[in-house]
Amino acid sequence: MRLSRAAQVGLFAAAVVAAQLLSSAAGKAFFLTQLTMSAYYTLAVLGLSLLMGYAGQISLGQAGFFAIGGYTSALLTTLDLSPQRGHPLVAALVRLHLAVPRPDLYGGEVLSVSPWAACVAAVLLGAAVAVSLGVPVLRLRGHYLAMATLAFGTIVSSVAVGTQALGAADGLSGVPPFVLFPGLRVGGGAADRVQNYYLAWGLVALAMLLLLNLIHSRTGRALGAIHGAEDAARAMGVDTGALKLGTFVLAAVTATVAGVLLTHYNAGIGPSEAGVMKSVRYVAIVAVGGMGSLWGTLSASAVLNFLSLRGYFGAYDDAVFGGILVLVMLFFPDGILAADVRALVARLAPRRAPGGEA
Amino acid sequence: MALLEVRGVSKRFGGVQAVKDVSLRVEQGTVKGLIGPNGAGKTTLFDLVSGFRAPDGGEILFRDRRIEGRPPHESAALGMSRTFQNLKVFPHMTAQENVMVGRHVRSRSGFVAGMLHTPRSRREERAIAAAALEAMDFVGIAGLASVPAGSLSYGQQRGVELARALAAEPALLLLDEPAAGLNMRETADLARLIGRIRERGVTVLVVEHDMSLVMGVSDEVAVLCFGEKIADAPPRAVQENPDVVRVYLGE
Repeated sequence: MRLSRAAQVGLFAAAVVAAQLLSSAAGKAFFLTQLTMSAYYTLAVLGLSLLMGYAGQISLGQAGFFAIGGYTSALLTTLDLSPQRGHPLVAALVRLHLAVPRPDLYGGEVLSVSPWAACVAAVLLGAAVAVSLGVPVLRLRGHYLAMATLAFGTIVSSVAVGTQALGAADGLSGVPPFVLFPGLRVGGGAADRVQNYYLAWGLVALAMLLLLNLIHSRTGRALGAIHGAEDAARAMGVDTGALKLGTFVLAAVTATVAGVLLTHYNAGIGPSEAGVMKSVRYVAIVAVGGMGSLWGTLSASAVLNFLSLRGYFGAYDDAVFGGILVLVMLFFPDGILAADVRALVARLAPRRAPGGEA
Repeated sequence: MALLEVRGVSKRFGGVQAVKDVSLRVEQGTVKGLIGPNGAGKTTLFDLVSGFRAPDGGEILFRDRRIEGRPPHESAALGMSRTFQNLKVFPHMTAQENVMVGRHVRSRSGFVAGMLHTPRSRREERAIAAAALEAMDFVGIAGLASVPAGSLSYGQQRGVELARALAAEPALLLLDEPAAGLNMRETADLARLIGRIRERGVTVLVVEHDMSLVMGVSDEVAVLCFGEKIADAPPRAVQENPDVVRVYLGE
């Protein structure tokens, strides 16, 4: 009843290309900007999908990690270190090419941390925060875990709003493009639009590949075992605490990376990215896509984020996602996409012999 | 040297002394039966040994290591494997995937190897699948490999649990009422299977209600009553023990 993994990837690549060609043909190439942003949000949501659907844990702190990534990267790449050029630490950064000079708006030169170095620092910080939050918090279950992660999200959000160095309510701007390697950079210039669109969705495809590999591995099987019967998993030698923590950290890192990339793409980040409603939105998207369905999550995320970014939900943006969450929980606890696709496929396709590759 | 040694273990739940100063030895390569009337503390003792509960006092040695109060996954890594009285299969996985989880302690690949699908993890994955099939074949359920475990019959799920526990190649196999819900023929098959498991060199501790099964397969049988051990001897001697006859076989 399922497509092979190669066919799934092919279908996904075809959809990405089709969306680009259609928007160009329709003279709406600017759609690609929102589709690119949508890809980065999708990255954060995929990590959450792994955590919720496969490890059975909920997190209302995903936006917090997204913000940690975005703000760390924005702060480090915009901070002008040239006045401290004489400081041994700064000199060392320059020697190691971790700090690079670039022209500023007024023809002068600023010295700031290179995007690669900032990205690594952001990921390390995100992972460290995830470990120190996860160790105490993952002992909790259900509502308690939800509340604890919600509290974390609230803290990050208020730190972002309340800290002058982070731009307070305005956030940080002037973030330079992230040159991944010569000729390929994450940035919002109109000339780079198509390139960035494919880059972003290519990164989503890469994340998808890694996560699909993971869920079909020994570790993924152990996660499924925890979900299916935790006691039996423990008796078979699965260290459930370590595995849940590992998944939590992995989900946090995907959000951190997503935050870094979107911040470079948008050339800045504001406190709304850290908002608790963003976390609720991510949870709602995973719920729509279906627990334990990475492809469902990806589709739901691409569509809903795009519609939201294009402003189709108007002033009711957050309300729409809250409402979606309520409706999905009430009527489609397995996910709208999961329900429809399965019913449709069951009706249209003859039953295949069991044992097909998932 | 005993493979498993329980020394003066006690466990109390509120006002109920579920297990009281029980000592027990399971010798390498033997099958030990643990019986007792309902509420005798069998399941509690089983949970203490397998690490699902911590005793209030006493020591539990497995392979000469203290394991009381340690989490189950540590004992599993040391070579202890168990089944559950009220079946705990992973319902959404196939029977074979269930059994493959049993190989967890015999394999290494973690998050990174899994995500990168490294050649080593692929090789390991093939070895896990093969070992799982072998264990299923041993139990006689290889034909069910690709069936979702949740849709199997009760007896078949028991088979999956057994194969899963055996796939770990344990030194000690703990069976928690393995005959519960089985008919007479299935119980006889189970008895033969336990004999074959023993022939493989696996030591077995079986908690059971079904007297005929325990008496038939065990080298030694321990009897619990109200949390205390009242007998521990070869089956014949236990059957003739007047205390056992009185409290367990009934007046």
